[in-house]
Amino acid sequence: MNQSQTAKSMTHGEAGLAIVFAASAFLCLLAAAQALDTAFAFHASLACAASLWAAFAIVNRYYDRPAALPPKEINGRPNYNMGPVKFSAVMAMFWGIAGFAVGLLIASQLAWPALNFDLPWTSFGRLRPLHTSAVIFAFGGNVLIATSFYVVQKTCRARLAGDLAPWFVVIGYNFFILIAGTGYLLGVTQSKEYAEPEWYADLWLTIVWVAYLLVFLMTIVKRKEPHIFVANWFYLAFIVTIAVLHLGNNPALPVSVWGSKSYIAWGGVQDAMFQWWYGHNAVGFFLTAGFLAIMYYFIPKRAERPVYSCRLSIIHFWAIIFLYIWAGPHHLHYTALPDWAQTLGMTFSIMLWMPSWGGMINGMLTLSGAWDKLRTDPVLRMLVVSVAFYGMATFEGPLMSIKVVNSLSHYTDWTIGHVHSGALGWVGFVSFGALYCLFPWLWDRKGLYSLKLVNWHFWIATIGIVLYISSMWVSGILQGLMWRAYTSLGFLEYSFIESVEAMHPFYIIRAAGGALFLIGALIMAFNLWMTVYASEAEMTSPVALQPAE
Amino acid sequence: MSFWSRHQIFEKNSIVLIGGILVVIAIGGLVEITPLFYLKSTIEAVDGVRPYTPLELTGRNVYVREGCYLCHSQMVRPLRDEVERYGHYSLAAESMYDHPFQWGSKRTGPDLARVGAKYSDEWHVTHLINPRAIVPQSVMPGYAFLAETEVDVAGMADHLRTSRTVGVPYSDDQIAHAVNDLKAQADPDNAGVDAFTKRYPKAVARNFDGKPGTPTEMDALVAYLQMLGTLVDFKLYNEKANLR
Repeated sequence: MNQSQTAKSMTHGEAGLAIVFAASAFLCLLAAAQALDTAFAFHASLACAASLWAAFAIVNRYYDRPAALPPKEINGRPNYNMGPVKFSAVMAMFWGIAGFAVGLLIASQLAWPALNFDLPWTSFGRLRPLHTSAVIFAFGGNVLIATSFYVVQKTCRARLAGDLAPWFVVIGYNFFILIAGTGYLLGVTQSKEYAEPEWYADLWLTIVWVAYLLVFLMTIVKRKEPHIFVANWFYLAFIVTIAVLHLGNNPALPVSVWGSKSYIAWGGVQDAMFQWWYGHNAVGFFLTAGFLAIMYYFIPKRAERPVYSCRLSIIHFWAIIFLYIWAGPHHLHYTALPDWAQTLGMTFSIMLWMPSWGGMINGMLTLSGAWDKLRTDPVLRMLVVSVAFYGMATFEGPLMSIKVVNSLSHYTDWTIGHVHSGALGWVGFVSFGALYCLFPWLWDRKGLYSLKLVNWHFWIATIGIVLYISSMWVSGILQGLMWRAYTSLGFLEYSFIESVEAMHPFYIIRAAGGALFLIGALIMAFNLWMTVYASEAEMTSPVALQPAE
Repeated sequence: MSFWSRHQIFEKNSIVLIGGILVVIAIGGLVEITPLFYLKSTIEAVDGVRPYTPLELTGRNVYVREGCYLCHSQMVRPLRDEVERYGHYSLAAESMYDHPFQWGSKRTGPDLARVGAKYSDEWHVTHLINPRAIVPQSVMPGYAFLAETEVDVAGMADHLRTSRTVGVPYSDDQIAHAVNDLKAQADPDNAGVDAFTKRYPKAVARNFDGKPGTPTEMDALVAYLQMLGTLVDFKLYNEKANLR
């Protein structure tokens, strides 16, 4: 034992944060008392309770811990900090199931509108942001935070920077999700897609995100490896760019500091451009760059092969972050956005095809010499199929960004199908693959509880995705064609409601696909639970045993 | 020194890497967004577009709150079928006072950019309470609770003042009379109707929800829907002058 004999004292971080949280509890109490609307009062009370808990937890932790903080290294090996990673990984699984379940509910509402129950908080309009935020930011975000904190430590051979800071990031982020999600149900929204949370949730997220950037960056700064590993470039680009996008899209002026409603600083056409600059790059940097980082670490690790090409990663990285930012206006084709901006958006969206496939090829060919593992390892199969879906979605995207194609596809279910081939196939599967890798690693297990269950998950979810995206292709194209169909006499052939009626069977198929995807995730949760609680522990002997030659 | 080894400066220095990322991602956004704030051609020169009345703004906030934009676009594209189905294609000027914009991205239901004055108030109220009472195949949720919820009038002036700060040209007069104007627009017998229509030219004062008493969110939402797309007189609109 190498505990120091120095007297125990609170660190500046512990004392400072405890005081800040105590002050914040008082402020939130005041806000709850002054609140102009019930949603704001509810959120202020939640924040007050969370602040009190945080202050208490910090003090409690101080009394429970030994005098010295955990060392950076033990016997020359980095002493990794995996607590926050475990927390985020578990939260990812929880939010994933919640988000998929809400998705299934709103898909069913479109097939059977009685499921809206005509109550304010159960109607489609309030639940849809709950679904998108739960899967993108709660599920995806926790996967990104968990994997980034894991990967950055392992590839830098350094303990996560900060003592309380990583915990502040993971708990603070999940508290943001709680505020955002309950807000949607109560009708608190600024209506900017994928940026719905109101001003106070945005402010909180800004604080958490800066802490996230600092923890990640300081861990890189302290690294023991001369080079920054390629996955960390992608994580860094994701964190930095999301910060820029969040600040650019969300400046808003609250009507009162004691109320939830605000008015966004941008108006009309400029607001539209800001929104889709943000919206498309939430896809580009949150759902792509971040998950490409996962691809660049977990596929080589699982396949036990090096990344296919280092030079291709360099080109891939700079090309994709440069080109993605331009693609936003393809969401605004034929709108009142000036044509020059639409043309730029279309041009860059088409160019984006190249680096996207460059990245896909780099991920796929990492399996060179290890393709046989696809037969035996369903986790690796999930990771590789996710890259295949990525390739498909990033071909479809540029196609849909061409103005003539977009004139048909825009406003229809085709867009929904496209998003889900990326979201379920790429983001979902690469996340599942990463979590299947992470759980045994984090809890020191020999392996997963059951590879057979992973296989079941893989096939059930794959069939679900195929049902989902093919039904949305058909319904989307059908919708688009019905809207523009003319009779021989030159009249519009269909009324709008006829196109709604025609969607019904496809909405049922889509809901069935979503249900299969949810069932797959439930199987996964069971498998991970059993891995942690019923699997054989890995022998962690201090000296690694060498296999007999 | 080869190109690839030069790249090591990014691989070995985290601050240089962050700097590089920031520069590379800034370019696209700057080129696409900043000109929209200074190019005169971005927003067409048209007559008739005015800030929302307090009741319409309240209705618009209900529209935002309930997530109507998730199924209804407010952006008619200049395509033959859309112009015939919905009316004149939308202009940037028509949403210049919209904070936030409500162009939408999906048409599970029809576009609403020009829904104003197409149906009666009674049609809207019945349809909002139970969409299937009028359109049996509809998949829209019912919003009966709007008719039971009274508008919270107290903070109306603050809403207008905040809107003015972000760029909507409300006058001092309009802000000062926000609460009275809201009540007047939902009640044609109100003594303040004349003053209201002077402040908001061509705005209509009606009992939108058809029920006596204080304004409800149903009044507000129907008032908003009934003015959508009606502000610009396209008989007078000079398309040639605004070609971009």
